[in-house]
Amino acid sequence: MFRYKHITLICGHYGSGKTNVALNMAMDLKKQHGNTALADLDIVNPYFRTADSRQMLESLGIRLICSDYAASNVDLPSLPQDIYAITELKEMKTVIDIGGDDRGALALGRLRDAIKTEGDYDMFIVVNRYRPLTRGAEQTVDVIREIEQACGIAATGLINNSNLGEATTIQTVADSIKYAEEISSLSGLPVVMTTLDEKLFSECSETVPGLFPLKLQDKII
Amino acid sequence: MAEKVLMKGNEAIAEGAIIAGCRHYFGYPITPQTEIAAYMAKRMPKIGGTFLQAESEIAAINMVYGVAAAGKRVMTSSSSPGISLKGEGLSYLAGCDLPALVVNVERGGPGLGGIQPSQSDYFLATRSGGHGDFRMIVLAPASVQEMASLTIRGFDLADKYRMTSMILADGTMGQMMEPVDLNFEIGETYDKPWAARGTDMKREHNIINSLSLVPEELEELNFKRFEKYAEIEKNEAMWEEYLMDDAEICVVSFGITARISKNAVDAARSQGIRVGMIRPITLWPFPKLPFKNAVSHIKEFISVEMSMGQMIEDVRLATECRRPVTLCNRVGGMIPSPEQVLASIAEADGKEADI
Repeated sequence: MFRYKHITLICGHYGSGKTNVALNMAMDLKKQHGNTALADLDIVNPYFRTADSRQMLESLGIRLICSDYAASNVDLPSLPQDIYAITELKEMKTVIDIGGDDRGALALGRLRDAIKTEGDYDMFIVVNRYRPLTRGAEQTVDVIREIEQACGIAATGLINNSNLGEATTIQTVADSIKYAEEISSLSGLPVVMTTLDEKLFSECSETVPGLFPLKLQDKII
Repeated sequence: MAEKVLMKGNEAIAEGAIIAGCRHYFGYPITPQTEIAAYMAKRMPKIGGTFLQAESEIAAINMVYGVAAAGKRVMTSSSSPGISLKGEGLSYLAGCDLPALVVNVERGGPGLGGIQPSQSDYFLATRSGGHGDFRMIVLAPASVQEMASLTIRGFDLADKYRMTSMILADGTMGQMMEPVDLNFEIGETYDKPWAARGTDMKREHNIINSLSLVPEELEELNFKRFEKYAEIEKNEAMWEEYLMDDAEICVVSFGITARISKNAVDAARSQGIRVGMIRPITLWPFPKLPFKNAVSHIKEFISVEMSMGQMIEDVRLATECRRPVTLCNRVGGMIPSPEQVLASIAEADGKEADI
């Protein structure tokens, strides 16, 4: 069982799968802890956001903290009005979905001091070796450093979310383990989990430490 | 490397362009295509290329004009309102017979519209994107793989015929992620003796200009250009046919709606309805041949579009109005559902759909 701090920050390279990971962690956290929120601070990309899952989150009783303009036609990089609930409500544990790259991580600046003062947080970097601009471990570590610099918070771990979308197989994930370990040794950050589509779980015979099942949204196209 | 990578449609366009040898990108950000510029900004400096965020869309298209005149592969990208701004430049490129690649990742309109996907720039793309008599080669990808491959094809066709190729995609195609195989055969390279890149004191100046003061000469230029267009219509149409052999109903769809339609065609087939699909890959030249063949055994065509009915006119022209053509559409950033398309197919078949 994964242990959640008061605040779990999910950052990563653009398109690494942060939103999906954050959504799944929030659902996992809800089961363990109850009082849970998912905050969408992705101000970079107005397409495909946590806000798209509003109905599902509400039915699970997970509080969604997101911009009033998310999933609308208003293309504004605005932060949610109830953003301070994340740090102020001590009983509520929150998973925060941060926008891609260093640009997205800038949005965290607003919360940085409160998060650091309290000190009860994790900041995980989502990595995917099948994304064209983070294929090598060194490239990926550069991206991690840029993100840390932009938000002013040091990362505490890596989430290996290596996947090829719907073409992902067990082998796809197995081939990424070494990549995640290389990033880990270069950056000094532990790999806290490796994600796997829950549909592939039954095929998985070997034990990979920290394997985390992902429930993926259905696609119509 | 033989391994596939997971890419966004917008990134695949950018990487496709780089593979095609494009080293000059000029653009201005607009949702939902900004990833093309962002990707180019990261990649171009590392491969000795130029990425430049211009002060406007109009500036960007005129920078394209300059690099194209110098004989180098060059591109710009935007989304619907930005493409309108580029209209003057597109016309000047045509008037100078310059090759270039322009990407339009469409969003809902008219006006500022919205940021959600649309296909309502079909007229703009296929009926000329600016003033005067001219055409652009228009390619409509329906997968992230095609976002890369058709970009490469677009550069080849642009050089071959000395004209603009446009990639016409939509916000969903730009944003969706799929595995891509980036191993491409690189096509021909084209000599560009007309380019303005120095005479070395060995030849007369090449003058690149769209101004013609003698009407007889301008008329002759237009005639010649349209002979070229006729040749393209004859040789370069691309399309995909799906389950057409025994079909009685034909769905016509391109880009993202073709993917939705394909699901609907499969669902209708499983209910015993004899339906097939024609997917135009080039929107200009519009593929007339498959329609000519289909008219003999198709009783009704259904044009599935994210517009108020633009491609439907080309379907009517290609079938010479010999069969009814109905419209199945959503607009304003909305996407038709497979169920909606299935209902249209069932209606054409005279049945209630089992949805």
